[in-house]
Amino acid sequence: MEKKELLGLYHQMVLIRRVEESAAELYQQGKIGGFLHLYIGQEAVSTGLIAARKPQDRVITAYRDHGVAINCGIPARQVVAELLGKATGISKGKGGSMHMADVNRNFWGGHAIVGAHLPLAAGLALGDQYQKTDGVTICMFGDGASNIGFFHEALNLSKVWKLPVLWVCENNQYGMGTAIDRASAVSEIVQKACGYGMKADQENGMDVLAVYEKAHEMIERIRGGEGPMFLEYMTYRFRGHSMGDPERYRKSDEVKRWEKDDPIGIFNDHLVKNKVISEAGLKKIEQEVEAEVADAVRFAEESPEPAAEELFTDIYAQGG
Amino acid sequence: MALITMREAISQALWEEMERDPKVFILGEEVGVWGGTYAVTKGFYDHFGADRVKDTPISEAAIVGAAIGSAMTGLRPVAELMTINFAFVAMDHIVNEAAKLHYMFGGQFKLPLVIRTVGGGGRQLGATHSQVPDAIFAHFPGLKVVAPGTPADAKGLLKEAIRSDDPILFIEEATLYQVRGEVPDGDFTMPIGKSTIARAGKDATIVTYSKEVDNSMKAAEILAQEGIEVEIVDLRSLRPLDMGPVIESFKKTNRAVIVEEGWMSYGVGSEVASRIYETAFDYVDAPVKRVAQKEVPLPYNRTLEQMALPQVEDIVNAVREVL
Repeated sequence: MEKKELLGLYHQMVLIRRVEESAAELYQQGKIGGFLHLYIGQEAVSTGLIAARKPQDRVITAYRDHGVAINCGIPARQVVAELLGKATGISKGKGGSMHMADVNRNFWGGHAIVGAHLPLAAGLALGDQYQKTDGVTICMFGDGASNIGFFHEALNLSKVWKLPVLWVCENNQYGMGTAIDRASAVSEIVQKACGYGMKADQENGMDVLAVYEKAHEMIERIRGGEGPMFLEYMTYRFRGHSMGDPERYRKSDEVKRWEKDDPIGIFNDHLVKNKVISEAGLKKIEQEVEAEVADAVRFAEESPEPAAEELFTDIYAQGG
Repeated sequence: MALITMREAISQALWEEMERDPKVFILGEEVGVWGGTYAVTKGFYDHFGADRVKDTPISEAAIVGAAIGSAMTGLRPVAELMTINFAFVAMDHIVNEAAKLHYMFGGQFKLPLVIRTVGGGGRQLGATHSQVPDAIFAHFPGLKVVAPGTPADAKGLLKEAIRSDDPILFIEEATLYQVRGEVPDGDFTMPIGKSTIARAGKDATIVTYSKEVDNSMKAAEILAQEGIEVEIVDLRSLRPLDMGPVIESFKKTNRAVIVEEGWMSYGVGSEVASRIYETAFDYVDAPVKRVAQKEVPLPYNRTLEQMALPQVEDIVNAVREVL
């Protein structure tokens, strides 16, 4: 990977972290309603993964979607504006935190019913297979999603139809507040994929370059016609499941242990150690991100509320 | 005009739309090699091939979910759920995904999707395979629910549904598949969301749809022998619900009976009656009557099953009561 691309990854990871930290503040100020699920700790997964896609590759994910939206190229302004429910939000303020999408950037949404977007991903991949294009669908979901029927129906169908889809499990060890070994028959989700006869692998989700390498290899093999594959990234969320999570289900020692593997810290060390850039250079990127996020928050706060007419638009394709 | 069965009308609509538009394809259980559980897609697999007539595993959520995903990419899937009773297995994808994605993402994704399915009782299939849950699906904004009662409507509405950019649940009635009717020749469509006068009359209005159009027609014949002329409004679509012809008819007859095959509670009759009272209260000469299925899980035994389902004489009696 070229220097510019490496620094691009760093920029994206820091941008996600700062957007999420700002979102937490805005939530505490009462400016964001509903649920807010932060991606802090998992930035390397989506950043490395989406860096490995080509423009024709579709991305679809679950409700922890702000980071994915940013990696797909949605400007921070439109992400924060959506969090604030503004007309300038990427979903016109109608979707909120869990429902961001941008069809022009091949981002097919954050989806809030656990596992329900996996069959949709099979359909997106079917769209490419049917129209004989070479796009690959990248479908992200958490470990919790592997316990719902949708997961099994979608994996099975994808294998039966040889659909060009990469199933990506972000194993962050908890489905909401229930530890994986209390909810799943196997604690490594990759074992479930083996049951569907597809190529399946596991990778460290805290190392953005490892994430990228493994994803790149699998995406290109799928593009080459090898059928669906499964990739499990071991990761961890540093914050609660959502804002207001009392976190009674895990010990602070465990969180601290994982925080030593902060994906941004790991990548920072890598870049400096390999003399890609100096500490000062990284500081400069961080300052640029601070300004970008401040601008996004200002933009979102100054943006108008959706017009009253919007209530009844978009219910159907022909308007109301 | 040609006299054909409901099954042939639906089959023709699918065939013609697949010939017309290569983006139209079918997916579902036994739609291909088997030729369709109700033989609606017989011959399709050999003619259109496995890529366009896709047999699926018994995975209703994946069938509807994959149909939604492919529709988002611009294809025009016609997903078949073998019976509407299996739609409950795919409920999340119908109501949480299909009905919502267009609105929730600010209009970014179109969903040109048809879910064809079959409902109805009277075939001794027992409680889990005989339901008429149409009203449940009609509850959700974002979804359209179409339920034709004649071969001509079935053909015209299905062709329109396939060409529409909205997600549409197209509910067929198994006991109507053999019913024959005149169907226009050549390519034609019918607008979705338009009720129609199925029979003209002046003494009372029957509001109904799907299978009960047929039963209501039979009731009307019996009543006509007594000199009672009922007007029958066929809703054809439950969402959008076109009350125009209903209200127009009611203002003329001042009396209404609403007939549906499903259960009465929270049903189509409740909705239509409320709207009549809300918009035409000054024209009410008698309380609106509802004819519907008895509130029991439908039993297997033939006699008990028929006792639970609305019969022609129930409709006749209800009309007599409002006169």
